[in-house]
Amino acid sequence: MALKSLGGEEVARRLEAALPGVVERWESSVIWVNPGQIREACLFLRDDPHLDFQFLSSLCAVDWVEHFEVVYHLTSLRKQQSAVVKARVYGRQSPSLPSVYQVWRGADFQEREAWDLMGVRFEGHPNMKRIMLWEGFEGHPLRKDFLQPGANLPHG
Amino acid sequence: MSCRLAADNVLYGNPLFRWVYDLAGSALPCWLAYIIAGLVVMFIVVNGVLAGTAVLTWAERKLLGRFQNRVGPNRWGPFGLLQPMADLVKLLTKENLTPKGADRLVFNLVPILMMMPTLLVVAVVPFAMNTAVADLSIGVLYILAVSSLTILAIFMAGWSSNNRFALFGAARGVAVLVSYEVPVVLSLLGVVMVAGSMSLSGVVEAQAVPFLLVQPIALFVFAAGTSAELNRTPFDVAEGESEIVAGYHIEYSGIKFAIIQASEFGGTITASAVIVTLFLAGWQGPLASYLGWLWFLLKLGLVLFLFVWVRATYPRLRTDQIMAFSWKFLLSISLINLLATSLEIYWLRGAERALTTGDLWIMALMNLAIAAACLLVAGRLSQAKVRRVRPPLPVAASGTAAREAR
Amino acid sequence: MTIRTEPVTVNIGPQHPSTHGVFRLRVTFDGEVVVQVEPVFGYLHRGTEKLAEERNYVQVVTLTDRLDYVSSMTNNQAYCLAVEKLLEVEPPPRGKYLRTITAELQRIASHLVGVGFFLQELGTFGGTPLMYCFRSRERILDLFEMLCGARITVSYMRPGGVFADAPADFWPALATFLNAFPGELAELEQLILENEILMVRTRGVSPLPLDLAINCSVSGPVLRASGLAWDWRKVDPYDAYDKVEFQVPVGSNGDNYDRFWVRMQEVRQSLSIVRQCIAQIEPGPVRLPDLPLVLRAAPGKEAYGRIEAPRGELGFYLVSDGGVSPYRCKIRSPSLINLTVTEHLLVGWKLADMIVTLGSVDINMGEVDR
Repeated sequence: MALKSLGGEEVARRLEAALPGVVERWESSVIWVNPGQIREACLFLRDDPHLDFQFLSSLCAVDWVEHFEVVYHLTSLRKQQSAVVKARVYGRQSPSLPSVYQVWRGADFQEREAWDLMGVRFEGHPNMKRIMLWEGFEGHPLRKDFLQPGANLPHG
Repeated sequence: MSCRLAADNVLYGNPLFRWVYDLAGSALPCWLAYIIAGLVVMFIVVNGVLAGTAVLTWAERKLLGRFQNRVGPNRWGPFGLLQPMADLVKLLTKENLTPKGADRLVFNLVPILMMMPTLLVVAVVPFAMNTAVADLSIGVLYILAVSSLTILAIFMAGWSSNNRFALFGAARGVAVLVSYEVPVVLSLLGVVMVAGSMSLSGVVEAQAVPFLLVQPIALFVFAAGTSAELNRTPFDVAEGESEIVAGYHIEYSGIKFAIIQASEFGGTITASAVIVTLFLAGWQGPLASYLGWLWFLLKLGLVLFLFVWVRATYPRLRTDQIMAFSWKFLLSISLINLLATSLEIYWLRGAERALTTGDLWIMALMNLAIAAACLLVAGRLSQAKVRRVRPPLPVAASGTAAREAR
Repeated sequence: MTIRTEPVTVNIGPQHPSTHGVFRLRVTFDGEVVVQVEPVFGYLHRGTEKLAEERNYVQVVTLTDRLDYVSSMTNNQAYCLAVEKLLEVEPPPRGKYLRTITAELQRIASHLVGVGFFLQELGTFGGTPLMYCFRSRERILDLFEMLCGARITVSYMRPGGVFADAPADFWPALATFLNAFPGELAELEQLILENEILMVRTRGVSPLPLDLAINCSVSGPVLRASGLAWDWRKVDPYDAYDKVEFQVPVGSNGDNYDRFWVRMQEVRQSLSIVRQCIAQIEPGPVRLPDLPLVLRAAPGKEAYGRIEAPRGELGFYLVSDGGVSPYRCKIRSPSLINLTVTEHLLVGWKLADMIVTLGSVDINMGEVDR
């Protein structure tokens, strides 16, 4: 009764059949989707009876310097399967992609956290403001180019 | 020059007062002697209550410690007996804060107003035969009137503190206290009817059979009502430390806090003393009559222990549940008690228009049966709410294969 | 005459006895009824994810201790599982069993804290049930001290096993605990489990419907109280959980009582798991011997390791760039995500219920803010 990790190919095939052009590419266990259509893709992933990803385990953003990658870990409680979906967002000034808040309410705090710490904006989130840091904080500390104030000063 | 106290003076019954008055009156003008005697008695009573409060704080902490697998205070003095002194010194040396925006006059008046009813109630409680400061003929009424003054102090504290938690606490406290006045008054009515007297020593002397047995419902209602009025668990919504932090006295610090705490503990002592007097036959007991104070103290200790026990065990009710408990349950059973008691008295008292000991025993049996019936019916009616009818079962919700039969 | 009323906004926290740390709720009350609530986080934010990027894989273990500081063992476990997934290694059996035993002991300790403070928030004066809970928790922390010298910040587990075998006197001490604990648990249950006041205060209060719970990514006892037997120890067994038998307690309507009840039952299940592990454990190495001190994963590799922590699904998402430290370390903290339902649970209930509901969700601010 172990958890089944759905192959990227199977997910990609189903997704592509329903929403042509949404899948950018896939690997053994990961698929990349077009960030502009992430909400539609997630809605499909949630409601498709074979995929049935009702449960958003985790949402996070990774800074790959030339682009940001937003990673969605999905779980199906009924089918006992999991999948990883990613979306690449380019641009360091104001990277943004649609929010999946309307698909999974569980994305609420995680999207706010990704905005707060990584600076990836989620359009359509009802309350897109900083969560851990205070309003008025400069920069987004989890970015690789973020310099901690005073970090490079010599000790003492 | 010699003064004589008129026999109809309310203080005539107090031998200590008379003795001091006679002593002072032999050398001083009568009015001065009266004041001096009054001050002496007052000094003893006030300090007696405060000393009792100190002992109670120690005892409560020690007992709570034992209830909770802890040791309790044990550092200062033998068995930690001097702990109240240490607490007092600590509180006295704390800064005496008045919050910004507070109504200073009202805010600072509160501790005094809190302490007052506690001390005023003690005035009529006979700790042994002929020891009440003033054996008022309307003692029971006096107690009810004076003890409701606490409401005023609580509301003043909540209003003047300029703190929302305090306001919450005050609003809750006032709501609870006002609701509980009614059943408490009704329950004491039964006691007064059986005793045929409103004077506390009259009630004690009428207890050939302790009213614990004759008026069990009244005792229950009175105990619940006083613990609500004293803000003790399960009715401590006005303080509710886990919800509104400390409720109405959240902004009080230093000596003001100490006085408020002392008045709460003092209130517990006086309420227990009233319970002992009205329901546990006060100073009456076996052996010589001069041992009355011993019996009284023993009974007082027992009642206080029960108060601490309840506090250590029960969770807190919600405000609306407390009000419902008062209006739906306590009020109905105290009315039943009143009706039953008056009918029993009507039937049982003979031509001499007084109840004999035998009558009291008959009443005790009947009232115990009524109390048991009331509890049984109330238990049935509230069964759906307070009992677990069936254990929570897994429900078929989204049909996962991972569901395990429990 | 109409009385003019107006809603009152109160800050519950960050300094408040019942907020489980420095948690702040901006609540608007109409009388005593909650009409609006907004959780405010960040008072304990230490930037654990950023700190992890500057330490090597083994050093990060000490950071995980400080996430959910009442269940450090399970934090260690989740992180180590993620690293092992990243490196594609597996600890030796004895290490797995030791991890399972300590994780379950930690679950008992953590649930005792959760239940104790839940009851404290119900207003048991001075916390008699809390003291009952802490009595047993102390014994567990003593056991941890024998294992690794620390009681709270244990850092006992390592990628590839645990850092040291249990000392010889650990096993008798554990047996003593296992003998004494059921009695102590029975005392606690006798004191409180069927208490009438507890019933009227918690039953039917703040129910959480299952579909909303799932949509809000709620996990752990809160999800199970809503009626779904979803337990990662069953679904995706890690360490030695595939070798032990246990059941998943489930509530029926997800109210405060069910959340409390599920935790109480899980304590009993954990006890049984520990017993089975003791019966099955065999001598052997506790840590992979050939694992280097400074670990490196292949560039571009990633792993998401998760466990059923006492508060829900605790996940570590690690991304490697081939360096000695994680390129990205995302912590999926159950406490934070369980708070998504705060608004649904609290609005419409009274102030007194609000505090109790927060206690029944059992959050830990070290994990919420990270």
